[in-house]
Amino acid sequence: MIGFSALLLLAYSGRISGISGIVSQLLIFRDRRILFPIVYISGLLSGSVIGLYYLQLPTPKIETDWLLLILAGLLVGFGAHLGSGCTSGHGVCGIGRFSVRSIAATCTFLCTGAATVFIVALFT
Amino acid sequence: MRTNPNLSYYFYIVVFLCSALFALGLQISGMVDPQKVLGFLSISRQWDPSLALVLFAALAVFSLGYRYLIKPRIDTQQPSILGMAYQLPKVTVLDKPLLLGAAIFGIGWGLAGLCPGPAIVNLVHFDAKILAFVAAMLVGIKISQWYKNHSTVDCSISNPSDR
Repeated sequence: MIGFSALLLLAYSGRISGISGIVSQLLIFRDRRILFPIVYISGLLSGSVIGLYYLQLPTPKIETDWLLLILAGLLVGFGAHLGSGCTSGHGVCGIGRFSVRSIAATCTFLCTGAATVFIVALFT
Repeated sequence: MRTNPNLSYYFYIVVFLCSALFALGLQISGMVDPQKVLGFLSISRQWDPSLALVLFAALAVFSLGYRYLIKPRIDTQQPSILGMAYQLPKVTVLDKPLLLGAAIFGIGWGLAGLCPGPAIVNLVHFDAKILAFVAAMLVGIKISQWYKNHSTVDCSISNPSDR
């Protein structure tokens, strides 16, 4: 479903479903190109409301404490922008196009992610 | 490319439907659950392979579609179905910002179990921790944008559509 949605978007409109990229475009208030990220994010939120209603999803439990959570948010935002992509952009659309950059980026964040989980587990 | 106003109208409908579908996909697959993501990233304890299957399935669908539907159009210089040009990254070299950024992103992902897509999808729960995470994430993106604009290091090759 994720792959299908990303494929449809690229086939019809020529755009890549990279969430971090779309969010960053939202933060550059330059011209009317901002309409694309606004529509995309409205769609994400609408889809999730529908999902919330039909799937009866519980509020996700976040056990990370506040300080680490804020730090994590900063790192995710900074890293995804600096590295030109996140799980959706590099992990699905990038690797799917056989991009060497995306394969390298995905391997890198999977490794540091797993290493972080491992280290956190040592302290809890 | 967007001379026909109807096309632009269709463009936003497609964008809206695709993103709604994307959000549902994240919810159904469990990508929105930070505990599940941390279980997927945890190699030492009980590894939860379900998200690996999700990513693999998404990748399989996307790459097959790309290979047989989109690549032939790009190779023959055709635009997308609605007539807009494909906006694909042109950079192919592995550079420092890419790998450093990915490494930093991975650390944040491993700390909270949230990446940008699921974090935004989870906003609908109006949970204080999710709101805080997304706010911090936006600040992080803004810092990186500022850093890329002001750094003397040559990051300029990472063009804005490179995502």
